[in-house]
Amino acid sequence: MMQETKVIKVKNLVKKFGSFIANDHLNFEVHKGEIFGFLGANGAGKTTAMKIICGLLKPTSGEVEVAGYDLYTQTEQIKKSIGYMSQKFSLYEDLTVKENIRLFGGIYGISKKEIAKRSKELLQKLEIEEVGDKLIIEIPLGWKQKLAFSVAIFHNPGIVFLDEPTGGVDPITRRQFWNLIYEAASKGVTIFVTTHYMDEAEYCDRISIMVDGKIVALDTPQALIEQYKAKDMDEVFLKIAR
Amino acid sequence: MTFINVEHINKTFKGTTALKDINFIVDQGELFGLIGPDGGGKTTLFRLFTTLLLADSGNITLDGKDVVKDYRQIRKEVGYMPGRFSLYQDLTVEENLQFFATIFNTSIQENYDLIKPIYSQIESFKKRKAGDLSGGMKQKLALSCALIHKPKILFLDEPTTGVDAVSRKEFWEMLADLKEKGITILVSTPYMDEASLCDRVALIQKGEILSIATPQKITSQFPHKLWAIRSNNIYKLIQDLEKSESGQSVFPFGQFVHYTDKNPNINESEIHNYLKDKGHQEIKIKVIEANIEDCFMDLMNKPMGEEAKL
Repeated sequence: MMQETKVIKVKNLVKKFGSFIANDHLNFEVHKGEIFGFLGANGAGKTTAMKIICGLLKPTSGEVEVAGYDLYTQTEQIKKSIGYMSQKFSLYEDLTVKENIRLFGGIYGISKKEIAKRSKELLQKLEIEEVGDKLIIEIPLGWKQKLAFSVAIFHNPGIVFLDEPTGGVDPITRRQFWNLIYEAASKGVTIFVTTHYMDEAEYCDRISIMVDGKIVALDTPQALIEQYKAKDMDEVFLKIAR
Repeated sequence: MTFINVEHINKTFKGTTALKDINFIVDQGELFGLIGPDGGGKTTLFRLFTTLLLADSGNITLDGKDVVKDYRQIRKEVGYMPGRFSLYQDLTVEENLQFFATIFNTSIQENYDLIKPIYSQIESFKKRKAGDLSGGMKQKLALSCALIHKPKILFLDEPTTGVDAVSRKEFWEMLADLKEKGITILVSTPYMDEASLCDRVALIQKGEILSIATPQKITSQFPHKLWAIRSNNIYKLIQDLEKSESGQSVFPFGQFVHYTDKNPNINESEIHNYLKDKGHQEIKIKVIEANIEDCFMDLMNKPMGEEAKL
């Protein structure tokens, strides 16, 4: 599954807010097609690092390369090469399902004809064709999340960032969502995901755990479980982050 | 002794059913969990308990008092921590606590013993504005405010949602301490693993209760033989198990896939051979005990009705 191509390279990344060090010399690489779990307690510095890697925030120092582009000089190319889904505000509630797809497709410069074709395929795949003309606010949360993920990868980005994507849905829907993630990864899309569900951390190929601005662990779930002599990731996380 | 009694509660919003014939009791001093996803009706129930909403039909009594007729008395006796952070963000930690104490005609000093184990953890930030606290600290302040008038019953609506695993664990330890002090606690959560920390739980989905029992009883009643399976390629493993003719349910759980088969007598080597033929390597197969999440998903797939009346 893991290939040699590195799509995210982070070297000595530092971000300070005044005297507060939010990211303290982060070093990691993410491979093409990898599901990379980015974990940490609330306030550990995950969101800051993620914003930097997405080109939304300038680092204080350090080298960052995303999809082959340099963070300092090629920020716009980076934004075109990535998709982003947050737990909140991913879709416009007062637009219909189809309108949302058209909006996101249009922003990324996809032609009208192509948007129409791909919208149809997408609704078929998600088995939600009957709600294409319904407002987002009217459809169940689980459908919204699957749609938000599909919209985030609608422009075929090489990397997609998912910020706590599965909050609040039932356990079956949560698993259907992960199936979409697996499917995208198997097609070569790199997945960068944060979650508070430790069983979901185990679905990742590799995970990093941040504590107080530093990455204190980075390996496959299995290796971390063995290293910390734990029964699962939940126990690993409690041992590291507490 | 019955402390909370819920009888035949129905509630609809503009034609949408939020709660459908809900019945259960909670004993005095019990830590009772409402477990289920968003849209299940958990928050609506809490709003009925705390006299903020009227049911279409049915009765609820708390410590013998009716939530409709005796709402004034009930409001003095319950503590409520809503799902959304609802303290005053522009007031400091101490001002928020002071505010809630004053509303209930009491003072921080009077009930300090009760909140001390929780409040002492954030007391060094008492001059900080509530809006500037971290998630875990906000949660501790909200719990302190809900407790400041020494309630008999505590209603906590998804207190651990969006909170990291460490803060979640600490929060449940605080709840265990409060239970020791005799407070009856009703807590809701979408995290299935937290069910095991409750005395009894109700699994709730789409306004109906799927099952009510102790967590141990619910898991012991899982009706199938449950297998945990892994291989070198989880995504392909899920697909191949779903394609299996005798396959019944296939759900990923961390590094394993939980699998039930229509054939109760299927053995390990049959599954092993099937996967080996499909090209899997490093196959591991074992029989395991079901957890609450397995049970929840199994009950979700069943028609509603009889199952709810355990």
